[in-house]
Amino acid sequence: MKKIMRPCGLHCIKIKDFGVSFGEQVILSDVNLHIHCGTLTSVIGRNGAGKSTLIRGILGEIPHTGELEFRNTENGRIRKIKIGYVPQKLQLEAAAPISVYDMITSFRSRVPVFLPSAKQRKRALEALEEFAAEDLIDKKVGMLSGGELQRVLLAMAVMDDPDLLLLDEPVSGIDKNGMDLFYEKMKYLKENHDLAVVLVSHDLDYVAKYSDKVILLEETVAASGSPRVVFNSPEFKKVFGGASYEFKKEAACESHV
Amino acid sequence: MSLMFNEFFQYEFVRIALVAILLMTPMYGMMGTLVVEKKMAYFSDALGHSALTGIAVGVLCQAANSNLAMVIYAVVFALLLNQIRYRGKASTDTIISVCASVSLAAGLAILSRGGNFSSYSSLLVGDVLSMSQSDLVMLSVLLLVTVVFYVICVNAALAITIHPTLARVKGYSVRLLENVFAVLVAVMVTFSIRWIGILLINALLILPAAASRNIASNMRQHLWLSVIFSMLSGLLGLFLSYFVNVATGPVIVIFAGIIYFATLVFSLLVRE
Repeated sequence: MKKIMRPCGLHCIKIKDFGVSFGEQVILSDVNLHIHCGTLTSVIGRNGAGKSTLIRGILGEIPHTGELEFRNTENGRIRKIKIGYVPQKLQLEAAAPISVYDMITSFRSRVPVFLPSAKQRKRALEALEEFAAEDLIDKKVGMLSGGELQRVLLAMAVMDDPDLLLLDEPVSGIDKNGMDLFYEKMKYLKENHDLAVVLVSHDLDYVAKYSDKVILLEETVAASGSPRVVFNSPEFKKVFGGASYEFKKEAACESHV
Repeated sequence: MSLMFNEFFQYEFVRIALVAILLMTPMYGMMGTLVVEKKMAYFSDALGHSALTGIAVGVLCQAANSNLAMVIYAVVFALLLNQIRYRGKASTDTIISVCASVSLAAGLAILSRGGNFSSYSSLLVGDVLSMSQSDLVMLSVLLLVTVVFYVICVNAALAITIHPTLARVKGYSVRLLENVFAVLVAVMVTFSIRWIGILLINALLILPAAASRNIASNMRQHLWLSVIFSMLSGLLGLFLSYFVNVATGPVIVIFAGIIYFATLVFSLLVRE
């Protein structure tokens, strides 16, 4: 069985004065964030507010200003952060002869994918087991359903114990039942792995129920804090319109199970 | 039958051609899997065509070794194409098409100066029976380099195909690998032009891998089937072309094509 690590709560990720511009156009500026291990942070905002840009900036895919620092608060030591990333989808044809084993091996092992390796197969199986996806190991990646692919990608992302798990709108195209399972899994992950979860989401009910911290992005951090604080802020009302958000008691869970 | 084969093997050029096929085809089968998965069939096709320009450049510079001129040109062309691919906003196939056409036109223009093109027309079809022993040494080195590249880089190449960002997060140097891959394909294609021919070189790279893709369900099967199909069409093509006295390249490609359609029909039947 995979080793389970309790979050120590001592690691923190600081994003300082983060900004992204394309030419003259400023997409993000002065973004300052502070994220602890063992927490789930949701990034919300309207379309074009820079949510995906923030993720891509953190991943180092696009040039940005400011810095990302990963620190152990106990001894103040800084080290390079290890990021796990779960993309929304892959661009693979259904016919591509790439099995789940191939995909995991290509990302997580030095053993060339075309050589049989019992050890690597066992590792992949163990990782998949944590997400109830071990039956998928020999399936073609292009043939997986949205939910199956997501479980496989999650298993792969947490396989090498990342400090930060980034998810960009991970639940698009998944039914309500799948959403519940997904968010329960996020809760399980932050409680049982030593990592922080940051996810971009559209579904405010789930964000309200599961997040420890919410960040409302509007070119910069318009509001941040607990779901209750952010959802009742004037900035939230400005972005999402209408009256303040009504917190339903366990609503998300009851209505969908 | 055995008499036929005795006759076949008594000539040295045939024995050399046989060894060349045994060295060349696995290399194509292997690299083909990556070319097909990375959707670079068109890219390698353009490289093949640009080889003609390489020769033209060699002629222009009066290079002592036109092989070298050809390889250098192909490498520069491959890197340039990659660079444009990253920078450009137009779709890749358009850019490749533009570059390949211009390059090919320039090559044809130079080589046809003074109505002299016919002396280069053998490059279009190639002749595997004209190989020398020193060519075999070069081919062995190339095969070795390809195998080493494949063993070391196949995981990274596959990861980049699946999701470039994810591969970058994992720490693979995407640009470096894409460039090394393009250069290797360029060298391979250019080097084999004289024997297989400009018109058919890409078929040899693509067809076996495409055939194996029809029936493989993972990368292991994909690779081995592709190598087997490639070697099989190479050997059958060599034997048949010798006995019916036609150019070897086309016969090899015809066999590869037959295998492709057989696997396609097989995969359709199985799916039903």
